[in-house]
Amino acid sequence: MGTKIEDVTKDSGYKFGWNDPDFKAVNEPVKGLSKDVVLGISELKDEPAWMRDFRLKAYNHWLERPMPTGFWGGNIQNYDLDFDDIYYYVKPVAEQGKTWDDVPAEIKRTFDKLGIPEAERKFLSGVEAQYDSEVVYHNIREDLKKQGVIFMDTDSALREHPDLFREYFGTIIPPNDNKFASLNSAVWSGGSFIYVPKGVKVEMPLQAYFRINTENMGQFERTLIIADEGSDIHYVEGCTAPTYSSDSLHSAVVEIIVKKGAHVRYTTIQNWSDNVFNLVTKRMAVYGEAVGEWVDGNLGSKLTMKYPSTYLLEPGAHGEILSLAMAGPGQHQDAGGKCIHAAPYTTSVINSKSVSKGSGRTSYRGQLKVYPGAKGVKATVRCDALLLDEESRSDTYPLMDIDEQHVTIGHEASVSKLGEDQLFYLMSRGMDEAEAAKMIVNGFVEPIVKELPMEYAVELNRLIELQMEGSVG
Amino acid sequence: MNNNGGSMASNNETLFRVEHLHVSVENTEILKGVDLVVNRGEVHALMGPNGSGKSTLANSIMGHPRYKVTQGKVLFNGNDVLPLTPDKRAQLGLFLAFQYPVGIPGVVMGNFMRAALKARRGEDVPVREFRKLLDETLDLLKMDPSFVRRYVNEGFSGGEKKRAEVLQMAMLKPEMAVLDETDSGLDIDALKIVAEGINALRGPDLGVLVITHYQRILDYITPDKVHVLFDGRIVKSGGPELVHELEERGYDWITNPEASGAGPEAVAAGKENA
Ligand SMILES: Nc1ncnc2c1ncn2[C@@H]1O[C@H](COP(=O)(O)OP(=O)(O)OP(=O)(O)O)[C@@H](O)[C@H]1O
Ligand SMILES: [Mg+2]
Repeated sequence: MGTKIEDVTKDSGYKFGWNDPDFKAVNEPVKGLSKDVVLGISELKDEPAWMRDFRLKAYNHWLERPMPTGFWGGNIQNYDLDFDDIYYYVKPVAEQGKTWDDVPAEIKRTFDKLGIPEAERKFLSGVEAQYDSEVVYHNIREDLKKQGVIFMDTDSALREHPDLFREYFGTIIPPNDNKFASLNSAVWSGGSFIYVPKGVKVEMPLQAYFRINTENMGQFERTLIIADEGSDIHYVEGCTAPTYSSDSLHSAVVEIIVKKGAHVRYTTIQNWSDNVFNLVTKRMAVYGEAVGEWVDGNLGSKLTMKYPSTYLLEPGAHGEILSLAMAGPGQHQDAGGKCIHAAPYTTSVINSKSVSKGSGRTSYRGQLKVYPGAKGVKATVRCDALLLDEESRSDTYPLMDIDEQHVTIGHEASVSKLGEDQLFYLMSRGMDEAEAAKMIVNGFVEPIVKELPMEYAVELNRLIELQMEGSVG
Repeated sequence: MNNNGGSMASNNETLFRVEHLHVSVENTEILKGVDLVVNRGEVHALMGPNGSGKSTLANSIMGHPRYKVTQGKVLFNGNDVLPLTPDKRAQLGLFLAFQYPVGIPGVVMGNFMRAALKARRGEDVPVREFRKLLDETLDLLKMDPSFVRRYVNEGFSGGEKKRAEVLQMAMLKPEMAVLDETDSGLDIDALKIVAEGINALRGPDLGVLVITHYQRILDYITPDKVHVLFDGRIVKSGGPELVHELEERGYDWITNPEASGAGPEAVAAGKENA
């Protein structure tokens, strides 16, 4: 059954496609979604009534709402994703591990292979590892804990910090926000909960790793980050999954509150296998003089629909979205971002780079909105697409709703083909075509990669190289 | 140091030979039968009016895919390089300094140079050795070390681009280098520095083809032979004195001998190569 962990998929260039054949869920997963499934999840987690009701309400929204076909719908309607063929809850362990040794061997082996414990030792402030529906391990450095930093899975936070949790949960992305936010709100499980107290600066990143193992899995983690005034935090998430011939689903909700003068950076390196639908809602509320940043790297998945958004709610708030997408054969990255200027003297930058190859498709879909009265807003949107061959495709769908005159808005977009002259130049210096193409692509995405901590920049360049393998020549 | 003795270095061993080369771009024939022989240690100058096909020859020698060779051969150390992709030609020791070096956004000069050197040598170059060679070469060409951290040809001034081409040549140590208007866009001091750099690379093994419009650079780098390309053919070849003649008289007496009242000799030379 399935591939062995030692096996790596050779033809696709995807090196994370193994599954753990020895894994057995501790619950009895059922396919399909129903009220009973929703209630079952809530019961198993022994949740308070308000959360159970929240889930049921969200489930009703899910039932009522049609599949999105409008602007933000991407092209989900072109796929036959069967929601009845998905497991909505797969519980991997009876209890979360306090140390890696507590984590069952077959699961730990996967995270070892992904280099998570090693990264934790070397350069992280804390780590969380989610496997199918639940977090199997989390840890944060003792000194940060002492300073009052909370970093745990969202389920534990509901139990251990009920008041803080309830004050913010679902306030940034209400359960009826969109069809997939409803779905997540109904069946959410796992994800990260972070609270950084006033003035506390967390120097090294906190990282969460999301791994799907089960075939036809639906993973619905829920993340809530609250950065109190003047605090500073960088959160990084990575994601991979086995390669299966049938579809899996990942539909997360991420809510972030960046209070006065705080700084939050949320970095994603998404590298799902190409049978995963990745339909994610991410939103940040940014208050006075605070900075909220998304660094959104989309390399994997079959279809991604994800437009991280930044709501700039008080003067001086700054938002930044760096979006990087790579689409290979059979992939569509429908990504981008939204910056909503709801207060005067707020500023934002959206910078999107996409690379399409081998009939892959990328779309930049974005929105820049300036409310009436939000004078002195400065915003720039820049999206560049690179096509590596004739079969690939890239589209740009920028929405601009500017309802205030005294603003400075810049918008630039470009689509270019892998330049024959650039290739020739590098080849005339001895590099073969594949190496030359890799170098040009790495250069193209450099402005985004250089924003990452060194370890992730190296990782991302490596992933891009894997993606590029066999794509030229 | 200033080894511009030219022919003294030549040992009459054929290094590079272009035979009856015909090249088309987008179905238009640009080169109409070019013949050229460069011996080891020799420097040849190639001159000719705008649009005569000089860059077409340079690009074809290096294997640009847009330039289609329809007839002829390019022999390097006796082997026809036309079936080879540009990277293979470079690895063998052919080098082209571009007339218009293209920018490669996001690719840092230092990394690019290291990859190029690795390709040329066929093995990784230890960081230390690379740094040393790079520093020495920057020094030779009086280039600022910060250059190495910039993106390849991005935002370089015209002169900086040309210097960067010579930097690459100096580091990669080709056996046969084609310099396509490397002197254009250089100020007087820069021209001298670049010419001295090229002279420093001269030796009994290196062949050079200098494409230029001006006598200036050839005052520093005395060529062994000078050729005039016109309408896709070499219509005149001679010694260094030809440069002065061209400087004084222009091209008209060669390319349009009757109108300019040139002697029968010139007409014969033109026809002979046609
Ligand atoms: N890529 C191309 N597409 C179309 N025509 C081309 C192309 N490259 C060269 N040509 C044409 O071929 C002819 C020769 O061009 P080439 O660049 O070789 O001239 P050159 O001798 O190097 O001129 P210059 O002294 O101006 O550099 C010109 O008429 C030019 O327009
Ligand atoms: Mg030219």
